[in-house]
Amino acid sequence: MNYSDSFRDKELVQGLARRIAELTRGLSKPLVFMEVCGTHTMAIYQFGLRSLLPPEVKLISGPGCPVCVTPNSYLDRAIALCRLPDVIITSFGDMLRVPGSSSSLMEERAKGADIRVVYSPLDAVQLAARNPSKRVVFLGVGFETTAPTIAGSILAAKAQGLTNYFVLASHKTMPQPMAILSADPDLQVDGYICPAHVSAIIGADAYRFLCEEYKVPCVVTGFEPTDVLQGVELLVRQALAGESKVEIQYSRVVRWEGNAKAQAMLADVFTPFDAPWRGIGVLPGSGLRIADKYADFDAELAIPVEVEELKEHKGCLCGEILKGKVSPFDCPLFGGKCTPESPVGACMVSSEGTCAAAFKYGR
Amino acid sequence: MNNDLILLGHGSGGRLSHQLLDELIIPQLSSVPVAGQNDAALLNIGGIKLAFSTDSYVVDPVFFPGGNIGDLAINGTVNDLAMMGARPLCLSVGFILEEGFSKAELARILASMREAADAAGVAIVTGDTKVVPKGKGDRIFINTSGIGAVEHNLHIDGASAQVGDKVIVNGSIGDHGIAVLSAREGLEIDSGIQSDSAPLNGLVADLLPLGPALHVLRDPTRGGVATTLKEIALQSGVTITLDEKSLPVNPGVKGVCSILGLDPLYVANEGKLLAFVAPEQAEAALAAMRRHPLGKDAAIIGEVTETSAGKVQMETLVGGVRGVEMLAGEQLPRIC
Repeated sequence: MNYSDSFRDKELVQGLARRIAELTRGLSKPLVFMEVCGTHTMAIYQFGLRSLLPPEVKLISGPGCPVCVTPNSYLDRAIALCRLPDVIITSFGDMLRVPGSSSSLMEERAKGADIRVVYSPLDAVQLAARNPSKRVVFLGVGFETTAPTIAGSILAAKAQGLTNYFVLASHKTMPQPMAILSADPDLQVDGYICPAHVSAIIGADAYRFLCEEYKVPCVVTGFEPTDVLQGVELLVRQALAGESKVEIQYSRVVRWEGNAKAQAMLADVFTPFDAPWRGIGVLPGSGLRIADKYADFDAELAIPVEVEELKEHKGCLCGEILKGKVSPFDCPLFGGKCTPESPVGACMVSSEGTCAAAFKYGR
Repeated sequence: MNNDLILLGHGSGGRLSHQLLDELIIPQLSSVPVAGQNDAALLNIGGIKLAFSTDSYVVDPVFFPGGNIGDLAINGTVNDLAMMGARPLCLSVGFILEEGFSKAELARILASMREAADAAGVAIVTGDTKVVPKGKGDRIFINTSGIGAVEHNLHIDGASAQVGDKVIVNGSIGDHGIAVLSAREGLEIDSGIQSDSAPLNGLVADLLPLGPALHVLRDPTRGGVATTLKEIALQSGVTITLDEKSLPVNPGVKGVCSILGLDPLYVANEGKLLAFVAPEQAEAALAAMRRHPLGKDAAIIGEVTETSAGKVQMETLVGGVRGVEMLAGEQLPRIC
């Protein structure tokens, strides 16, 4: 048995599930816990964890998929950029199928735009170095886990003296949307399964204000099945005891103070700003834009381009799904008009999107 | 969304490929819907039963750990014939070469085609070569077509799965896709994984003595085991239940998949087959496979549990249950 297998041990997992069932047996109202990280969404579906939990515990998905929370306006700008003859767009794969107002990057690629999937932003920097007559734009999307690598790519491009590498930045940061959701009177959240790797960067202390202001339990939880169920057990115990504190289940990786070096890099290269979230709106201080001293690398400033008028997709419930208010199965478009091949909303596109996971792995 | 263009996903072997076939290609060219199609056509010519199949190869990169486009082009078509229980007899080969492609590389590809054809016992009997201007093709594309003799009276068909059948795979899954991916520019992962590209006609010949207990043979290439099983479930109108812990997956494949956010169930194979065998003969089938060098890691990975509209589900490692769908779009890396 290797290291990761031990976190997928059937007996351990089922023992945890039994303990959760015993703790919650006979509760008149189910406890509702929300995960706000796409990797948790995937793990829960992939291992069929909902099928192991008692009816007294309900897991819902929040705005944890970076592709899903990226607004149409961002996609429209990326599409406008890719139509420029000397621009090469580089991106992680999932962004390609996300529909903008009237097109998608995949469609633009089929029409001849130069769009390449890379596995690291440093590959995009290398591409810029090899193609001095082109402007290489990396689509910088993601939470605090991805942002430091993109900060690193800007620093690398600067160190190499490159003037043809740019980032179209739409980074999001984590605790703020959880506060918005906690303040929403229409939404019942009895505890948060806090992100694993985001917390490794920002530190578990970042969630304290949620516990204090909104009296909601927070447990920083790992991605393996035993992690998730142990996180759920800790949330159940807090909820039953009427407590609200931050606990770290994922103690093999996450510290209270986080990763100081990554935090310093983010503070150097980026500046917090009021970011637009798909379906949720503009949240104060919830995103990262490129800091003024690195403005030469900011695609939005350095490559002016006309962006088409914003059109939202009618009938798509992405926004409500991202807030955990409805499940994908409640959306009238799910599985019919909206499928992974012809997605209406971003939640159906990303491999970590709630709708895509629900479509692939079922209820 | 604009639906007028062919997208890369139309070639993925998954749902988009099925749509393209059903909506555009088959209505013009064939009377059999994609759901009724097998890996090769069965022909009866003057009382002689033949299997006939064709496939084109566009793999990138052309050379990858464990093989190259040449042996792939031979083995792929041999395997399509073998999945009908046919004995492959002869192949045609068509080359589309890009101007400027290296003769030395072509010679290497031809040598592995020769070797693969000899190993499979098939003759290459006719061929064609075209050259397109630089930039109008990508190095080399190969098409092969093949004819095989059907010397049995079994009804081996994607629509023949029955409740109780055991699902057997002849070895580890996902090796080919990961070998190709890790050789791709920009990734350069030293996974140590070799492509499983191999001719399966010998292994199939060892299974034919099982007789009518052998219900389905299919090679899970593009779209992987998940997509192939979903096709069979739909064709046969059954539910297939997989047992995740019995799926043979190389640790290297598992590792690369977990780094890139891929699922080995959806990764392509080029030397694997899925056999659906009646339960009373399942152990015999497993033993027959394990005696063959290409089946030494064979495993029963699931069974047909009930009749339905065509469903695949999996009992997960931890005892949960989840659905398994066809590959949607392309297999793409994760974003965070």
